[in-house]
Amino acid sequence: MPWVTRGLRNGVLTSRYPARPDGYGEHWRGAVVVRQTSTRPAHPDLPGICPTGAITSTGDGVPEVDRGKCILCGRCVAEQPDVFAFDPSFEVADLARPALVVPHREETAASLAVLRSDLARRARALRRSVHLRHIDAGSDGSEEWEIAALLGPVYDVHRLGIFFTASPRHADLLLVTGAGSAGMAEPLRSTYEAMPDPRVVMAVGTDAISGGLVSPSYATGCGVSGKVPVDIWVPGSPPSPFAILHGILIAIGRLPRYKDRS
Amino acid sequence: MSYEPDKMTPRQGLASGSQAWREVSVPSTQLADAVAAISQGRSPDHQDVAALPTTGRFAGLFGSAIEDGSVVLRAALARYHGLEIVSSIVAPGPDGRPGRYEALTPAVPGAVWYEREIADLFGLVPEGHPRVDPLVLPRNPGQDPPMPGRRMPGQVKPVPLDETPLPAHLAGEGVFTLPYGPVRSGVFESVQFLVETPGEDIPHLRARVYHKHRGIEVRFQGLSPSDGVLLAERVEGVASVAHATAFSQAIESLGDGGVNVPSAALLVRAAHAELERVANHLDSTVRHTEAAGQAVAYARLTWHKERIMRLRADLCGHRFGRGVVVIGGVAGAPMLAPAAAVAHLSRIEADVRADVDLLMSTSSFIDRIRGTGVLKPQLALSRGAIGPVGRASGLDEDVRAYRPYGAYAIIEMPAHRYRDSGDALARQLVRNEEMWGAFEICRRALEGLTRYPSDGPWQVPVPPVDGTAWGWVEAPQGELLYLVETESGRLRRVKPRSASFHNFSLFPDVFIGDIFTDFAFIEASFGLSMAGVAN
Repeated sequence: MPWVTRGLRNGVLTSRYPARPDGYGEHWRGAVVVRQTSTRPAHPDLPGICPTGAITSTGDGVPEVDRGKCILCGRCVAEQPDVFAFDPSFEVADLARPALVVPHREETAASLAVLRSDLARRARALRRSVHLRHIDAGSDGSEEWEIAALLGPVYDVHRLGIFFTASPRHADLLLVTGAGSAGMAEPLRSTYEAMPDPRVVMAVGTDAISGGLVSPSYATGCGVSGKVPVDIWVPGSPPSPFAILHGILIAIGRLPRYKDRS
Repeated sequence: MSYEPDKMTPRQGLASGSQAWREVSVPSTQLADAVAAISQGRSPDHQDVAALPTTGRFAGLFGSAIEDGSVVLRAALARYHGLEIVSSIVAPGPDGRPGRYEALTPAVPGAVWYEREIADLFGLVPEGHPRVDPLVLPRNPGQDPPMPGRRMPGQVKPVPLDETPLPAHLAGEGVFTLPYGPVRSGVFESVQFLVETPGEDIPHLRARVYHKHRGIEVRFQGLSPSDGVLLAERVEGVASVAHATAFSQAIESLGDGGVNVPSAALLVRAAHAELERVANHLDSTVRHTEAAGQAVAYARLTWHKERIMRLRADLCGHRFGRGVVVIGGVAGAPMLAPAAAVAHLSRIEADVRADVDLLMSTSSFIDRIRGTGVLKPQLALSRGAIGPVGRASGLDEDVRAYRPYGAYAIIEMPAHRYRDSGDALARQLVRNEEMWGAFEICRRALEGLTRYPSDGPWQVPVPPVDGTAWGWVEAPQGELLYLVETESGRLRRVKPRSASFHNFSLFPDVFIGDIFTDFAFIEASFGLSMAGVAN
């Protein structure tokens, strides 16, 4: 029985998130933000820096970053450190595709409220216990590692009533990874169809949101939203386990209370 | 086999990696015989090709379309200290019919999946191939192949196959075909297994891998080399550092003598590559313990894997080491001081060793993997199995030792033992030793960094050069090859050949005598990524 003592050796390793902030990842890349500076040095081709076209210039010269396209390569931060910066926060998931564009536009706030109440109505029954089904629609394999990490002792989503299920018939929440390969279109559709109502779909990773760097390609769509109706968008290439957990918590209406977003 | 430097293109001496390779062209009618002769160590029937090497392990068949519709086929043959390429041009048939060539597979069994892939992507017909089923891209009759390498690649729209009739190869009372996948039970990458079974045994198994095909090879075309690195990181996401390094080494070796990447940058690349190896081997072990129901071992090893991922993020800001490797070096100094990283690494290693030692003396675990999924050494040899899978079946080749690149030419490699029982236990034992070796190499690389100034230089400029180049590394899954062709400073053709692709063709052949409950162990012990199989 040496495993019994081995299991007790290091005490509790599990994060307290979302009851408490975790503090992990304080100095690495969670998302790209546009710095709020008044003196902005003119750059002839800000959008040209980005390999996935995530940067656009608006009329008044303030660039916008679409986190749904950003693969966090850091080229913009390295080349224009006074315009772009990394934000260490992993709480980057949101309810609408336009809400992934920063700085946030004012008109998205109202539509977000509608989406939030619609999702809250559908997900009311799922708050305490939710069953997840994962499906890979052409990922690079890294998203699967990060999702699987949620079952380990560090994240341990069972403590939150979050469970993975083998059958879509038992699933409430579908985690979709990958850029939407043509070969997975039919399996993805039938998996979604097999789920009972209410069902919630989460696009996990930049590839699933927009195709990232992999699209455009003859064999993938630009993300999975053309094939299944996406409710939650989790950017990242790949998103960290905490980012995925944050997305799941949005889906079931259990956002961290210590920083309630209005 | 000794290395004959005078026969090689003079490209050794590169700090980036001794990317020594040479290419010999033969007529397409002689390609099959030449490759067969080299891989079997005999003289080719066509004696006029005097420049051919005498022996080599078949390591892959690479296609590149050119503008007139012809396809250049390149067979890579791996040797000690170098890569031999035998190439040949297959012209399109008359009246727009697909080109034909004599299949390699009858004499070179390792080519079986390569020729199916080339048939899918280029429409070539390998005459004499035993089974040209679609592998990575099913196409309907009349649909054009994508022809990677052509400036205007075909815009083929893949059509979903009618999968309702399940093909059966076996006949017998009560034998039926069970489709397993592409949506698996659990968090897995998509792949479909067709299991033909009377109920419990698995006498016959086939794999369908096309569900995940993303057309990445065509996506590389037209990118700049620096964008190409970012895409290479996403070909097989769990081996991002290996892919970025192999791709960069190919670009860095272009031109007369290539460029000299700073030694400190090579050490950073090696440190990240070895952490990636530890993470992948831990992942395979975690899946073993999960399948065996070893709950405590599963929890402990998952924790250790998470610690490795966090150490990688502490060093570079990304849990998979993306963004570390850039063309000409690395992006910058490690974000964590080398001494602190070494201390952290040693703590993790002590914990991993203690838990793996206990696991390997837990009989309820060993019983599940001993004798499971045997890859016989003769089969491994004839198909040229690579990586930990090959090293568990009597083949000791490791690219880091055979064709040293980057920092592996300066860091002393810890000795590895290979095994020859070929079962899941042997693969686990090989991975364990490789993990200890990886910890050691990573430590030496980090300690070596303290001898260099922390403000660089970390990167040298790499002028754009047109040409063809090869890059290779030992990824966690095994030998990884990159064929890179550039034109006007842009990528014209990039073909990654991951170890997962090469080894996965062996996977259906190891189920002799195994039953359904062994499946998870065999899959975990191969440790392959589907993204690398059908990219």
